[in-house]
Amino acid sequence: MQVKNEFRPKIVAFCCNWCSYAGADLAGTNRLQYPADVKIIRVPCSCRVNPLFILRAFQRGADGVILCGCHPGDCHYTSGNYYARRRMTLLFSMLDFLGIERERTRVEWVSAAEGAKFAATMNEFVETVTKLGENKRLEDLRCKKA
Amino acid sequence: MQESMKQKALALLADGTVDRVLGWKKGDFVYDVTPAVFESTEEVERDFTFSVFCGSNLSKYLVKESRKEGKILVFFKPCDAYSFAQLLKEHRVIREKVYAVGIECYGKADIDKLRDKTGATVIHSVGEANGTLTVRCFGGKEHTVPLYDVLLEKCESCKSKKHPVYDELLGDEGEVVDDCNRFDSVAKLEAMTPDERYEFWRGELSRCIRCNACRNVCPACTCEKCIFDNDASGVAQKAAADSFEENMFHIIRAFHVVGRCTDCGECSRVCPQQIPLHLLNRKFIKDINELYGEYQAGADPDTRPPLVNYNTGDVEPSIVYERGGKENG
Repeated sequence: MQVKNEFRPKIVAFCCNWCSYAGADLAGTNRLQYPADVKIIRVPCSCRVNPLFILRAFQRGADGVILCGCHPGDCHYTSGNYYARRRMTLLFSMLDFLGIERERTRVEWVSAAEGAKFAATMNEFVETVTKLGENKRLEDLRCKKA
Repeated sequence: MQESMKQKALALLADGTVDRVLGWKKGDFVYDVTPAVFESTEEVERDFTFSVFCGSNLSKYLVKESRKEGKILVFFKPCDAYSFAQLLKEHRVIREKVYAVGIECYGKADIDKLRDKTGATVIHSVGEANGTLTVRCFGGKEHTVPLYDVLLEKCESCKSKKHPVYDELLGDEGEVVDDCNRFDSVAKLEAMTPDERYEFWRGELSRCIRCNACRNVCPACTCEKCIFDNDASGVAQKAAADSFEENMFHIIRAFHVVGRCTDCGECSRVCPQQIPLHLLNRKFIKDINELYGEYQAGADPDTRPPLVNYNTGDVEPSIVYERGGKENG
């Protein structure tokens, strides 16, 4: 049997419980395809994600991290995603400042009705990260499988 | 300046306005001054000193000191007063327990630069007059050097000579320095390609020995229990194991003071490895100024800090790729 050795990225997607997680669910029930490389972590609100979560995901082997939340103005908790937006903007800018590829991180607003957008976003993001290749600049060798 | 500060301290101690004095204490050498609390007029007479080497920021000591019995007198340079104002804003210091005296400041000297510039080795005393330092060595040799040439890095791009908060001022009240160009070094890095930036920061951050000096000295880092002291985190009280941990420590350290960092520059001053840590903090300040409007932590007590505030029309995080910057060649 031949074993394919092509690079498959590991993607961590933080999805808020109220919009994006439901959006992912809708993508599933609609039989929309998106790569299995995306691992979804459900969070109560996009604002729950603190900068350390993103760094930890990279440490534990993620090649790309995407944060999905309700559209600005639609947050279940009124304003959580506004705070998340500022925080992530500053964090991503800092990662870029340290020379870590800026395309590895992304924030996308996906509502519960946007199954198609969820699938399209994930397809596109996986493609971008596949092109970038393995995450070398923010990796922790101790967390890699031998 | 030292004399008038000493007289002020003695007078306030004598008439019972304050019970303790927070200032600088003489060390074995003239450049070897330490922050110290003086409890009696005798101690002040004997040990109190103020010189061009008093660069350290005293504001953080007040978190603990203002919770003790009695009132404390403290001397602030303008940059320290910003940190103090920020601590007041965060309710970390009890204002009534502190008698703040603002002192004028024309920049403090870096002993290493002074040695480099003058070639002086065993320094006996350093005199300051009209912006010129006169260094006298043991053995009688004398050197002069302009203060401007031996300033601490944080003083080179001083943002303000104005005290945002004080009970009393010694000397003249200064002005906010508008053309301090403190973001120039950040802009220079931003203009590089990602590969160059990565190389630059690897070179700097890989020297980190995780002594925690930057955290311990930072007036914004006043958590009772720090995330880096959490044993479950795997990074507590040990040297960084690899490049990830180096990056993580410095990103998180800088991120935790976003919107609260007054840019006092203490982190870089105390770094035993000469890592330009203030650049990380300044990058955040620069981004905030550009994306969310000018904000100076500690400048006034009422404005909301940028990270606990929002506008519905804020930029999207994708601004980071749109703003772009150079691609790898």
